[in-house]
Amino acid sequence: MKTLNDIEIGGRAVIARLHGEGAVRRRILDMGLVKGTEVLVRKVAPIGDPIELTVRGYELSIRKDEAAMIEVV
Amino acid sequence: MATDTTTKIALAGNPNSGKTTLFNELTGSNQYVGNWPGVTVEEKNGGLKGHRDVVVQDLPGIYSLSPYSLEEKVSRNFLVNEKPTAILNIVDGMNIERNLYLTTQLAEIGVPMVVAVNMMDLVDRAGDKIDFEKLGKRLNCKVVGISAQKGKGCCEAAEIALQYAKEGRKGEVPHVFTGSVEHAIAHIEESIQGKVPAASLRWCAIKVFERDADAIAKMGMPADVLAHVEGHIRDCEKELDDDAESIITGQRYAFIQKLVSECVVKNEKRVKGVKLSDRIDRIVTNRILAIPVFCLSLLAMYWLAVADGGPGTYFTDWANDGFLGDGWHLWGTMHKASTPKDAKEKLWYDGMDYEEATGAFEPHGANVEKWRDAYKGAYDEKKGEGAYEKDLAAFNEKNADPSEFEVLDEELAKTVKADVWLKDEESGEIRSGKVSIAGDKISVEEEDEGDDLKWTCDYPLYKASAEVGEPEASDFGVWVPGVASICGDLCTRFGIEEGTLVYALVNDGVVGGVCTVLGFVPVIAIVFLFLAFLEDCGYMARVAFIMDRLFRGFGLSGKSFIPMLVGKGCGVPAVMAARTIENVRDQRMTIILATFMPCGAKTVIITMFTACFFREYWWVAAAMDLMGVAIIVLGGIALKKTRLFAGEAAPFVMELPAYHLPTFRGIVTHTWERVKAYVWKAGMVIFPACVVLTLMMTFDWGFNVVGDDLDKSILASIGGWIGWFFAPLGFGNWQGAMATISAEIAKEQATATLAMVAGGDGSAAANVIQLFKGFVSDERLYKFSALSFLLFNLFVPPCAVAIVNTFKEMGSQKWGWFAVGFQLFVGYVLALNAFQIGSLVVTGSFGVWTAITILLDLFALWMIFRPSKKVN
Repeated sequence: MKTLNDIEIGGRAVIARLHGEGAVRRRILDMGLVKGTEVLVRKVAPIGDPIELTVRGYELSIRKDEAAMIEVV
Repeated sequence: MATDTTTKIALAGNPNSGKTTLFNELTGSNQYVGNWPGVTVEEKNGGLKGHRDVVVQDLPGIYSLSPYSLEEKVSRNFLVNEKPTAILNIVDGMNIERNLYLTTQLAEIGVPMVVAVNMMDLVDRAGDKIDFEKLGKRLNCKVVGISAQKGKGCCEAAEIALQYAKEGRKGEVPHVFTGSVEHAIAHIEESIQGKVPAASLRWCAIKVFERDADAIAKMGMPADVLAHVEGHIRDCEKELDDDAESIITGQRYAFIQKLVSECVVKNEKRVKGVKLSDRIDRIVTNRILAIPVFCLSLLAMYWLAVADGGPGTYFTDWANDGFLGDGWHLWGTMHKASTPKDAKEKLWYDGMDYEEATGAFEPHGANVEKWRDAYKGAYDEKKGEGAYEKDLAAFNEKNADPSEFEVLDEELAKTVKADVWLKDEESGEIRSGKVSIAGDKISVEEEDEGDDLKWTCDYPLYKASAEVGEPEASDFGVWVPGVASICGDLCTRFGIEEGTLVYALVNDGVVGGVCTVLGFVPVIAIVFLFLAFLEDCGYMARVAFIMDRLFRGFGLSGKSFIPMLVGKGCGVPAVMAARTIENVRDQRMTIILATFMPCGAKTVIITMFTACFFREYWWVAAAMDLMGVAIIVLGGIALKKTRLFAGEAAPFVMELPAYHLPTFRGIVTHTWERVKAYVWKAGMVIFPACVVLTLMMTFDWGFNVVGDDLDKSILASIGGWIGWFFAPLGFGNWQGAMATISAEIAKEQATATLAMVAGGDGSAAANVIQLFKGFVSDERLYKFSALSFLLFNLFVPPCAVAIVNTFKEMGSQKWGWFAVGFQLFVGYVLALNAFQIGSLVVTGSFGVWTAITILLDLFALWMIFRPSKKVN
């Protein structure tokens, strides 16, 4: 399974499915990371986690744990 | 369930959409801050300008109405259960897609709604075009453009909302979902009809479809109904190959995407060009530069708030010593003394500024004071107890100009010699250096290391010193008396003498209490001004982004970092700064841990103890700071493993808002609100506490003024009763207990109280050392007793002001007590280790308390190293 974690910095991907459950998953959905959304992986924090995405025209930060829940194509 | 008939307009919208600005615009100054019952999230409401009977209700900024974060729950409960008369939904025009997501949810609640697209000034400047007419048609509600920051269109939007509220006009709910989902929702609506309020039928149906447990529980839906509709949901999920939650959110966004493509024309140039915000971000979150930039901004804050020579220290000193204390010079620059016209000679302090002159006078003043004491003693010894007082009174009767001191016996005077020390009156710390006396001139050469400043003052030196004369503050420019000095003068004018009950009550109690509270204001205001700037401009989110990984290691998130850093300066704003952490578990943990960072006042204790006891161990001071960090880390790990803080890590799905220059008004309002809240809440508790403590220190049980005989005071006897608590720590008598209690008013008070209760006739340092030697049975142990005292005062609950704020920010008594209890445990165990293990190593004695110490240590280690609990 290819997840958002596998996308290199500066790369783009389209969300295929969201795994996991509960509050974190719901929050990710609410922030607009739904199936079919195009995401740009902008950068990674100095210590290597979390990462910064551009989605729907705004900047969003999520941890690598959370990025691993996001399956992309 | 709104039983009252007041018209309520709720402001709802995403964080950073400009809600606060709009709220201030709509309500003017007519607002107040309150707390929601039972939760810590702040809620604000105020009267609408021009319609004072209409209440504008500000809700926490939210992204969605899902019930997972505290703010979302608060907003959802208010909107769904309490039902405002109308909703004014603020949408950020620069980020319209994600903002409209909440709009689609709000539209389903069944409350009249007006959508205000904010930041239109920025939208126009960017060259984007938004078709409000079309947007309104598709969303089935009125959509208007506003600019809250420029004050454009705000009142008009509120008027429309008010009109909608009065008419109760509800647009038809926009159908955002596709055929099969709408089909399933229609089925659910049919099944639950009659069991929920008609107005929110669609909202309830969607919640049932999403299997939102929290919302379903609130509806009280029977299990058989749920089982019945479950089939429809399953079919739909199967058809769309996704789960219900994803289907709903996905289709909402699909609807919005279509909507935006129809109604918004984005300026192509802007979309393609590099935004200024991106350029800033390239530097501040750059992999290499991020941390240096962050450190620099912190240094800037430190310098502003607490650094020696920085504005914070300047204002704090001015507030404490000047405005609230003795007085201050109106123009800081007018320090040069000007010789009074009628004076024949030049004054000795001509050409010095006030500080220089008082410093130069210090050794002379010490000579005068010490020699006079010695002379009085010698006089009484020669002529009998009380002879000096009697003879002076007789002398004064004969003279027209009575004096407080007179050399009555010239021959005796020639034989009197007094030992003189120079000490820092505030900290009790002995100043070190060399003193040289040539003729009648005393010069003091201060050094970093060296012997105590001790010399002998004889009669000629005394006479020379007495002639020098104390510099008059009013000769150094326009002198404005401070609050304490004015109150003292007023008392004297009304015939209330120093040393009486009323005088102590008014000056030490009331004025002292007020000053304790207000003395913190400069530092709090500066820290909050700085934080408000960082928050409003968007940098704070980046700080969390940079630091998150580090803090997650011990159970906290990146957002906990700022409060801990603020804590190095002062614990009070640190506790208050934790408010920006959304996750309530993280916020509580941050509050509990932040004050372990040794603050400015605790640094005074560290300095004194290092000077008195640990001169040869220079690293003790640095070790205390490191210890603070270590306790925060280990405490975080231990707390995270308890049932109270365990559980799924709070999601760190956080928006990084675009940078923008904050408005002056916004920052000032932000800061002012926090400072005001502090003064009120702290004042309510600190003020009476100061009055009571001062009284207990000033009087004995018969309400006689005890003066310098502190051992007779009420506080001393209470200290004696609770001394047993401190006995295992090596300072179990009234002096130790009293210093510790008084440190709760303000931490640096511990040093002053120690110096006071130590008494003795040596230097302050020598007296305190003697005092600690008296605490222990074996003289070898006194340094461990001192270390124990130091650790205890550094790591038990912070000063009373910080404790009051802890309770306030926790929002519940239970959590307040938990924090205080945890901190007390940490401080006690650390102090216990210092003394008991020290005793064990030095004397080899193994007692009950040694065993208890080891057991407590094992318990603490177990708390830190046990495996994490699996939750659910």
